[in-house]
Amino acid sequence: MSDFAQTLITAIAIGSLYALIALGYTMVYGILKFINFAHSDIVVLGAWGSYSLSVRVLPALGYGLKEVPPVWVALMILLLAMIFCGAIGFTIERLAYRPLRRAPRLNVLITAIGVSLLLQNVGQLSFVFGASPQDMPPLLSDRALATFSFGEGESARQLVIGMVDVVIFTTATSLMLIMQYLVFRTKLGVAMRAVSFNTDTAALMGIPVDRVVSFTFVLGSMLAAAAGFLIVMKYPSISQPAHTIWVLLGLKAFVAAVIGGIGNVRGAVLGGFVIAFVEQFGAFYVSSNYRDVYVFTLLILILLVKPSGLLGSTLREKV
Amino acid sequence: MISPKREFLQRTGHVAMLLACLSLTISGCQNGGSSGGSDSDEILIGHYGSLTGSQATFGISTDNGIKMAIEELNAAGGINGRKVKLVTYDDKGEAREASTAVTRLVTKDGVVAVIGEVASGLSLAAAPICQDGGVPMISPSSTNPKVTKVGDMIFRVCFIDPFQGKVCAKFAREHESLKASKAAIVTDQGSPYSVGLEEEFEKSFVALGGTVVSKQTYQAGDQDYSAQLTSIRAAEPDVIFVPGYYTEVASMILQARKLGMTQPFVGADGWDSAKLGEIAGDAINGCFYSNHYSQEDPSPKIQDFIARYKAKHNEIPDALAALGHDSAMILFDAMKKAGSLEGAAIAAELAKTKDFDGITGKISIDAERNAVKPAVMLEMKNGAPKYVATIQPGE
Repeated sequence: MSDFAQTLITAIAIGSLYALIALGYTMVYGILKFINFAHSDIVVLGAWGSYSLSVRVLPALGYGLKEVPPVWVALMILLLAMIFCGAIGFTIERLAYRPLRRAPRLNVLITAIGVSLLLQNVGQLSFVFGASPQDMPPLLSDRALATFSFGEGESARQLVIGMVDVVIFTTATSLMLIMQYLVFRTKLGVAMRAVSFNTDTAALMGIPVDRVVSFTFVLGSMLAAAAGFLIVMKYPSISQPAHTIWVLLGLKAFVAAVIGGIGNVRGAVLGGFVIAFVEQFGAFYVSSNYRDVYVFTLLILILLVKPSGLLGSTLREKV
Repeated sequence: MISPKREFLQRTGHVAMLLACLSLTISGCQNGGSSGGSDSDEILIGHYGSLTGSQATFGISTDNGIKMAIEELNAAGGINGRKVKLVTYDDKGEAREASTAVTRLVTKDGVVAVIGEVASGLSLAAAPICQDGGVPMISPSSTNPKVTKVGDMIFRVCFIDPFQGKVCAKFAREHESLKASKAAIVTDQGSPYSVGLEEEFEKSFVALGGTVVSKQTYQAGDQDYSAQLTSIRAAEPDVIFVPGYYTEVASMILQARKLGMTQPFVGADGWDSAKLGEIAGDAINGCFYSNHYSQEDPSPKIQDFIARYKAKHNEIPDALAALGHDSAMILFDAMKKAGSLEGAAIAAELAKTKDFDGITGKISIDAERNAVKPAVMLEMKNGAPKYVATIQPGE
């Protein structure tokens, strides 16, 4: 029982991270109908950006790198990282994708791969982030918020609910709720959905398409930055920017977007949680050897049975 | 229709991208090597190692060790009057990069011998290139038996995993601080080093009357181990054996302690890095690993080496640095005796090495081109490894 609950907690935390990243893939696809392969590198920028900010900001404020600073410092670093990645997302769209707006889809797709490689390799340069892993200074105390004991004597086992897991879940959920509000309740959201339905008609109706596209990239990149920040809170040992772990992370978030129905905002969130559950419970109950296999098998099954994804056809609101 | 302004933007955008890519390729070529114009009198030897990446301390320590050996040699007059020069390439801890680096050392730089790698998987990737090129390769610290089986040009100066696995199993089962009867094993499934050690540990542990209650795997670079650890927690082992490399091991132990698991972890020489204690902090206290030498060994040869290393690099050398030094010294010894710089002649002399007095003990190369040496068990206390026991090959 306690093991089931423990796995559930991990799955929820990791699912929130996948969902945050998947939102970026799905929004860009919804509007521009192409996969932004550079999105996982924005997550890397978010993670490494949070690290670089922390090691500079903390000593400047008079805090050591080993002690936990007040909560507002963590919030500030999160916000700065989001603004930084939002700006990078804006720049990438402006320089790399906008000139190709009328070009065939394939050109944009290949450009996205190029941008991804560029970001990975620039990140590895010694004066940027370097090619060695680093340790994130703790911004949150990772103590157990609650500990429950199950069973008696020898086989007594604990259920630990960690601070960081709760923070991940609440931050991700609040960001997703804000997203939801933006897309479905504001004028800008209406514009985004209009562009997603039909770009040309939206432009004829006076919607500034370029500005809406830029906004989508900024929004997606900010969510990716938040995901990057939360990842380094949970796993303080940060792998170098071109490590395959980041590519795999991006790939899984992309799978989440496809499983949920690419282009569908709620689908991306659902997909994120679905693959985290499959991955974690598969690893716990079956075997940890095939953790990634479960995820990609699920993708194949969904594509065979319901190619448009779980929520792809039932909800026609796309972003 | 495209406006002239947009066309211009498009053009400049493309040119900028192209330039960026080009500059990357060029810088990628530059940061690899340190060769440059060598005068013909110098003898070139090559080293490939992970100077960056998640095993970076392995390559850096080994490189420091080799360079110390070269300085000593050159100060004492070199090899028959000729000085030795080292060419080092970074393989980033990736097999693909290791093959590229060694191909370049053998074909382009024309080195007379190659030293490397630490990780068995990377040595295995590069060994066939040295074998085919007729250039002797000495691995300072790859312990997987398959490495030297590649061919008669491949040597090592450390013990091998059938011995190391047995040492860890025996220690976990019989040492008074553990006396474990139930063990769990977590293996890096993509690493020949880890998989080989897992097999040997399990065989010996079961032969000594213990049981393996849970076997889990991970992949290099994984960040989350909760699923594996929760499974292990349910199996209630007395000890957890993790034959992995320090970056992943440190994260794993941190996560285990957060899950309320108090069992000691046991590992092997892949743990040996100052980073282990830095990342894991207090969580790693009371965990054990096997290694090639102990920094606390009072023997004057070791303490002198530590003092000289510390003066230069301001840190205590790990076993990788000591083995890097030893592999270079054994190579120079063979090169002096060989009388020529032909690969086959050096290899023949390397194979004859007997009772060479190295930092990590007396080194003799056996018929399989492996070194036969004792192992030490270390315990992590306050972030630093402390000596616990020495286990001889015969035991």
